[in-house]
Formats: sequence, structure tokens, C-alpha cells
Amino acid sequence: MTMNTTEPVLEARGVWKSFDAGRIPVIRGVDLKIARGELVALWGTSGSGKSTLLHLLSGLDVPDRGNVTVLGQSISSERARLQLRRTQTGFVFQLHNLIADLTLEENLRIPAMAAHKTEGETRARIAELTDAVGLAHRVHHRIQDLSGGERQRTAICRALMNRPAIIFADEPTGALDEQTGGAIFELFKGLTIRENVTVVLATHERRFAEACNRILRMTNGTCEL
Amino acid sequence: MKGHLRLILTNLRRHKMRAAFSVAGIGFGVAAMLTIVSIVLGAIGMFQSILAKESHYVVFEKNVSDLFFSSVKMEQVAALRLLPGVERVDAMLVGIVSSPNHPIITCFGVEASDPLIRKAHWLSGTPSRFGMEPGTVYVGQRAAQFLKAEEGRSIRIGKGEFRVGGVLRTDNGFEDGGVFMPLPLAQEYFHREGLVSVGTVKLKDPSKGGIFQRDVEHQFEDLVALENKEFNQSYSQFRILSFTSWAVGICSFLLGGMGVANTMLMSVFTRIREIAILRVCGFSKTQVAGLVMGEAAVVAGVGVASGFAVGLLVLKTMNTAPQFQGYVQAVVRPDILAAIVVIAFATALGGALYPAWYASKIQPADALRFE
Repeated sequence: MTMNTTEPVLEARGVWKSFDAGRIPVIRGVDLKIARGELVALWGTSGSGKSTLLHLLSGLDVPDRGNVTVLGQSISSERARLQLRRTQTGFVFQLHNLIADLTLEENLRIPAMAAHKTEGETRARIAELTDAVGLAHRVHHRIQDLSGGERQRTAICRALMNRPAIIFADEPTGALDEQTGGAIFELFKGLTIRENVTVVLATHERRFAEACNRILRMTNGTCEL
Repeated sequence: MKGHLRLILTNLRRHKMRAAFSVAGIGFGVAAMLTIVSIVLGAIGMFQSILAKESHYVVFEKNVSDLFFSSVKMEQVAALRLLPGVERVDAMLVGIVSSPNHPIITCFGVEASDPLIRKAHWLSGTPSRFGMEPGTVYVGQRAAQFLKAEEGRSIRIGKGEFRVGGVLRTDNGFEDGGVFMPLPLAQEYFHREGLVSVGTVKLKDPSKGGIFQRDVEHQFEDLVALENKEFNQSYSQFRILSFTSWAVGICSFLLGGMGVANTMLMSVFTRIREIAILRVCGFSKTQVAGLVMGEAAVVAGVGVASGFAVGLLVLKTMNTAPQFQGYVQAVVRPDILAAIVVIAFATALGGALYPAWYASKIQPADALRFE
């Protein structure tokens, strides 16, 4: 898929979302555009709708109204969202959400399996990513044997496995201490440049939001540019 | 593929006991079906081989449910022997007798010329004396063991006391565990004078069986002649036995299938978040369902292997255990093994269908919202 560099990599138009059969409105008419290579913060308090908007933008959930396009393609169909998750996006959660019984390497293989990558491609990518985040010596360790910071770095590697265009990160530093959280954020910034990916980071921490290229402030389901 | 298998095995390893119970459920079904079906097929095969020793056709009374109730007159046997194309007819009266501690002993009333007598390996006594001595019976090797019978001694069978004229060995469990009586003695003992249960017919030219069947139909209103193969397929007792054994086996499989369904459902319920993460990472609904079905297939595979091991061990034990009087000569056929494998996998995969469907329907955002 090719696109003009000035064209937004991610665009939302009039996106609405509510729960409980419309009784709980969460996202109220969000419009936004994000360009390639940007590190954008979705900043707001708990309950402001950051996670829900992130789910809608990443194709994990479907808006009640409005449209989301990624790389110029609408993701309104299930097929388009699946393809998006496989090849164009990666997701990092507040809790790492890795499979604890598997090793670091086996966790990184999951996106590659989903996208039917070859063994050679998979191995090379695992080596490249674990080396970049300083976890090459831990590839055969089980997740339960890793520290919180190592787990989150592994989750970032997993999100990057299929060379996505966009990474969505939902409070990735929220469960970490200040120092480790800072290191993870720096890792994100570095990877944005190194991997040339767009990062949409949901955070309630002002210091991280201010360190991003742009802040989208979430308030009560609306987004202020 | 390797990665998928790793995910499947990892999940099964997480809940070893639960997986073990599922494997045991399928294994039990496999062992039960293998044991029951093989024993029944063995029994049917033994009975068939008694009738088909040296014959092409079986002639018996029309519309009887069991050969034990069939009555063919000796005059009819004689007339059968005179039909064109008939080489020989062997008459046999089959009955069940009992002795102290042994409630069931098959008794074969036969003539001295019967292949059962001629072809047996005589351990004591001689076939030439068969039917020559009054009140004398001949016992199979296994029957001799449990009746503690030997040539020249007397044994009690039912209400009668008989002298043992010899001990003979055959390859057939029913025969080896049975008692052979000269036909007149058997007719007297079972109060069926002038009657036999069945006539087995050998033709000079087996290709002219159709003519023989028509002759029998035309000449004997109350008799029917069936080719051995036809008899095996249509004899109601064989069909009932065979159907029952498969039905019992399938019932035990259904229990195993329910075990698999329960295990898989619990497996899905306890890792909804993990499945959601797989979906986030790009797994399709089909891939997620495939993982659950793969777990069921692994359970079925291990269950089949363990079930075969247990079933074959049970059959081996039963084949040699003296308590079974040699009546168990299990027949383990490749097509039966294949059928059991197919049923085991179908049951396990059938049990995993709903869990797999449920897993494939998990929406990542819904599952993750409660983080």
C-alpha cells in the first residue's frame, strides 16, 4: 500500500461510541488526523475515553457512528480490521498482556504466526528487536521470570513484530515505577524514529504527554486538538 | 504450525488434571469400544467358522431368531444330500448345557464324519471311536481343563453323567470350550429326537449355489438356505450383537466427548483475555477456533493411544484368562481400529465445536475493557 507522505496515516471522522445500548456515551463525535512518524499523546483523566478511542482507532472496536481510516483505507469491515491488526498496527497495553507460560521468543512469534510469516523472517525480526531493546540474552526466558520493565519491552517488541505503520499504546507506563516508566517512554521515542512508526500514546501522565510531538486532550469523550 | 502446536500444548499443560480427565474419557471410550467390539466380532467369527468349516451354504428353519431354536428333520437332511450338485451335508444339533461351576458350555451334536471331528487335533482318544461307545462324549481341550476331564473318566453335564471318550483341540474357542456328542446322544439328551439345528452344505460347484437355493426353497417350505457370507450378514443374532457392541462403545464415547466439551469450554472461559490478545495480535476467528480444535485433537490423539494400549492389554488378558473358558478370541481388525480412531476424533472435535465457536466470537475490545 503506498500513500502520499502528506496524507494522514490515521484519520477519524465524526466517531461516536456508547455502551449499554446507548445509555453511556463514551466518545462524542471525535475528528482527528495523525501524520506518519508522529508521536501523539491522547492525554486525559481516567474515564475520559482514551482507551475506548484507542480501541476504535486501532480496529479493536467498532464505532456506533463515524468512520476511521488507516492509510487511506476504511476499517469498517471485520476483514479490514483483521488485516489492519495483522499488518499495519501494533498494540501495547498498560499490563503487558503477554502469555506468561511462554518464553519471550514464543510471545514474539504470535503476531508472526497470525500473519503467516516465514520462520526465517520471524527469527531475524526477533533477533533484531530483542537486540534493539536489550533483551537478546532473555529470549528463552519465560515471561514470569522477567521484570516489569522487561515484560513491557517485550510487549513493545511484540507490537513491532510485523513492522506496523502505527503503534497504539494504552498507558504503557501506568504499571511501572517512575524510572522504568521513563525508560519505556524513551524506548518508544527511539523506536518511533528507528522504525519510522506512528505512535498514539494514551496517558494520564503530563510529563509523557508533553514529551510527545502533539497532545490530543481527551475530556468527557471529546478530543481537543 | 510448530508455533500453533506450542500454544496448544502450553494450554493443555496449564491444566494437567483437567486435560488428563479428558484424555481418560476418550481413552475409556476407545478401550471400551475396542474391547467390546473385538470380543463380539471374535465370538461371531468363531460361530461362523463352526458352521463354515467345509461348507458353502447353511440350511436351517425359516423365520427362527436363533439357530438354537431351529429344527431341521433328519429326513430333510437326507433329502438335502440327494439334491443335485450337493457334495456333502453335515448335520449339527447345537445346545447349551451346564455343569457344576460352569453355567454355560456349548454342546455340539455331530456325526463322526463331521469336519469338526475329523479336523480336530486329538490329544487323547481316536476319531474312529466317535459315536461307537454309548453314553460317551468328547471334550475340547479348554473344557477338559475346567471340567477336569480326561479319557475314561466320568463327568457330570447338566442332569446327565457321561464317560469321556477323548480330548480334542481346535483353533476355535467355542469348540475348544465345548462338548462334542454323537448326534443320536445329543438328540436324546436335548429331547429333540430326529431333529438337528442346522445342515451345512458343501456343493460340488459353488457357482451353482443359486440353483441349490431355488431347489431348497421349492422342496422345503419350512427351510431356508443361505450362502455363508449371506448368513453372516443376515443372521439376526450376529446383527444384534454387532449393533449392541457398537452402541455401547459409542455411548462410552459420548461420555468422553462430553468430558472434552467441558474441558474445552473451561479452557476457553479461563483465558478469554488471552484469546482477546491473540485477536489483537492478528489471529483470525478461524485461527482461534483452530487452536481450540487443535487442543481437542491432541486430547483425542493421546486418548486413542492410551485407549488402544489399555484395550489391547485387556483383550490379551481375557484371551488367556482361564475364567473365560477360551470363549474370548478377540478379533482386532484394522478397519475396526480405523473406525474407532475416526469416532474418537469425531467425538472429541464434536465436543470442541461449541467452545471453539465461543472462542472465535470473543471480541478483543469487550474482553479487554475490564482490564
